[in-house]
Amino acid sequence: MIGFALVFAFASFGIGLLVTLWRIVVGPDSADRILALDTMVINVIAMILIYGIWIGSHVYFEAALLIALVGFVSTVAYCRFILRGDIIE
Amino acid sequence: MILIAEIIVSLFLIGGSLFALVGTLGLYRLRDTMQRMHAPTKATTLGVGGILIASMLYSLLVKGEVSFHEILIALFLLLTAPITANFIAKVYIQGNMHRDDLPETSAAHGWAVYDDPPSQPRK
Repeated sequence: MIGFALVFAFASFGIGLLVTLWRIVVGPDSADRILALDTMVINVIAMILIYGIWIGSHVYFEAALLIALVGFVSTVAYCRFILRGDIIE
Repeated sequence: MILIAEIIVSLFLIGGSLFALVGTLGLYRLRDTMQRMHAPTKATTLGVGGILIASMLYSLLVKGEVSFHEILIALFLLLTAPITANFIAKVYIQGNMHRDDLPETSAAHGWAVYDDPPSQPRK
């Protein structure tokens, strides 16, 4: 029962990762690419959480929290670099 | 009892992954950048919230341990999603719109993309 749900969730987040990769390659604007990178980070967080449920370990939640922090900071830094030409003024 | 718990956890897992899949397909399907900004920042965040609820219920009902790490991740994602959307909208406005296209702001200062930030009064 729960194995089927885990496989389904893995498959849907994998499809989501492929779509965001396509948007990063194609995306006509830099705003599209930043948005696709942020969505990719969120999908990766969800996949790490599902893997943590799969093998029944608590270690992966720390990794997911760290990836969430790094993803937010990198998105804001990329936007600041395009907006102002500098990250910390 | 364990079967009911597994059914509840599976429902949250499938619902969350469907929300995230719809949100990410919106990134492919919608036409404009400003339209595309709505799908991932809302639906995908909600989908990850469903996965986090499923993880909490799994550790509580199946394994019998209480775990609070997921609340941290959910709070952080819900706090940072609007900030990210605001920054991406600013990047799009700066790159693709002219100043004349935008309406006037009702405040004393203009748009933050074009004008300098208002100077703080010295104390």
